Amino acid sequence: MKKFMLLFVVAMLAFVPLTRAANIIGIVTLNGTPPPEVPYTPLMNDPTCGAMYKTTPTTHFYVVGPNHELADVIVSLKDVTGKSTGASQPPVTLDQKGCLYRPQILAIQTGQKLIVKNSDPCIHNVHCVPTVPGNPESNQVQMPGGPDLTLTFSKPEMFIKFKCDVHPWMFAWISVFDSPYYCISDKDGKFVIKDVPPGKYTVEADHRKLGAKTQDVEVKDSDVTVNFTFDVK
Amino acid sequence: MSENVPIRFNRSLHWFAVLTALFTFLLLGAGGLVTSHEAGMSVPDWPNSYGYNMFLFPPSQWIGGIFYEHTHRLIASGVGLMTTILAVWLWLKDSRPWMYWVGTAAFLLVVAQGVLGGLRVVLADAQLGIFHAIIGQLFFVLTSAIALFTSRWWLDPGRWRSRRGVSGNPDRLKAELQLRGLRSLVLFTTVLIFCQLIIGATMRQQHAGLSIPDFPLAYGKIWPDTSAVAVQSYNEHRMNVVAENPITAFQIILQMVHRLVALAILVLMALCVGRAWRRLGRKDPLTKFALVWLGLIVAQVFLGAATIWSNKAADVATAHVLGGALSLVTGALWYIIATRRSTALTEIVPTTTISGAYGSASVMAANP
Repeated sequence: MKKFMLLFVVAMLAFVPLTRAANIIGIVTLNGTPPPEVPYTPLMNDPTCGAMYKTTPTTHFYVVGPNHELADVIVSLKDVTGKSTGASQPPVTLDQKGCLYRPQILAIQTGQKLIVKNSDPCIHNVHCVPTVPGNPESNQVQMPGGPDLTLTFSKPEMFIKFKCDVHPWMFAWISVFDSPYYCISDKDGKFVIKDVPPGKYTVEADHRKLGAKTQDVEVKDSDVTVNFTFDVK
Repeated sequence: MSENVPIRFNRSLHWFAVLTALFTFLLLGAGGLVTSHEAGMSVPDWPNSYGYNMFLFPPSQWIGGIFYEHTHRLIASGVGLMTTILAVWLWLKDSRPWMYWVGTAAFLLVVAQGVLGGLRVVLADAQLGIFHAIIGQLFFVLTSAIALFTSRWWLDPGRWRSRRGVSGNPDRLKAELQLRGLRSLVLFTTVLIFCQLIIGATMRQQHAGLSIPDFPLAYGKIWPDTSAVAVQSYNEHRMNVVAENPITAFQIILQMVHRLVALAILVLMALCVGRAWRRLGRKDPLTKFALVWLGLIVAQVFLGAATIWSNKAADVATAHVLGGALSLVTGALWYIIATRRSTALTEIVPTTTISGAYGSASVMAANP
């Protein structure tokens, strides 16, 4: 009986590599010249916030590399729901530093904790404005040096707006997915959606300004490459 | 609104009513600044401010958007108190029964307005902000009307009649009676201004900045493209630091309607002034009042354009809101004063004379 069990386990282990998940990888690029970024003039006019900078910071709506690589694009598997592992994942942190949200583009899973910090020497109010029913709007005060805030979302939603009404130039956009199959393109435009089970999927790339693009892919037993190109109209 | 029994002019009451109206105007400006600075939710609690009693909130913490929101709340509290005193004063000292109800209406309106403002924060409902803005405008009309109703002129129309010599002058009589047609035009224009303020409040409460960034054209055209592709392109090129909501086709159309209604108001105003000039004469106070009104509307059109050219600078946008409030109040007061004048006339001139004169006046108007 023991030999039989041992053979069974070995057989199972041998079978696992045949059905292993694969990654979806790719690069996002931008065609065309985006509009110039805008300086945060109101920030510099605020005595507390302006004192933290020597030069005026600018917006980062379009983070584009020298070869047109586009960062801050959220790439995900469309219509994959009910697969969230958010409750067991480590929290994701959104900081308020230099009177700006950092990072400004984030993605988490449903049920995953979002920790909001205030690293600034001034008051902020963390005001999130979801639009999907089930994700309630909240507006909480965070004093300098105050305790972190913890937020979770129960419904998937793209680009939930976070703002600070004390400093009306402060924004962040948090996307919530009901699965672990998403990622954000880095400064080189690269992205990796890890451990995707075999199957046919629609991959969606979302940029907050440029909208969404999709491509159909089939994942088998090796990595799949999908590239996206956005155009500035 | 006939005053058959002479009412004694109460200087203190009148000037308190004027002061209440002025503070209401100031409050509208403070509210305009709150929205223009996108600061409506900067104090997340209500009626407290950051857990403090509103009146004990340390000024050292009035930073950024908090300054605008908290100042707005404090001025609103002051106006609420003044309105309460005014209502009680009217109850105690004004012998006209209808004035009791006007005072009570002002009290109820200011309470409702305060609660609405609080609920807009607590419920985080931007739609309530639209109603809050509109009721604020109506309340300003009401406090201004109370100031008028308690004025020496309002309480002593006989003094005005004898000075103008209406009853003994058939031409003046005809002109006065022709006020009736003019009043309808002014009323229509005033209602249109109110509709325009509703459109403006709706635009401002979208928190999306300028949905059309150029003027007099719109995205370089007389009528902008509002297709999905075009709107996507507009959003790609919008680089706002604040009010960073994407715009929609609805918002673009709304701004175009706002422009067209502004044009209609300007034309109607010119008509009002022209008719007042012809019928009442250029020296008539109502003609002069109409000219001031036209001046306000012209300034308001310029402020609207400046709001766009300045990329919705907070002070310019707020001045535009205040210009709208003044335009509405001027129209409303013009109508009330003209109605008062006509009413006073019917009290002193026999009905048969009025009918005859009105008939002649109508013929004159039809065949100038």
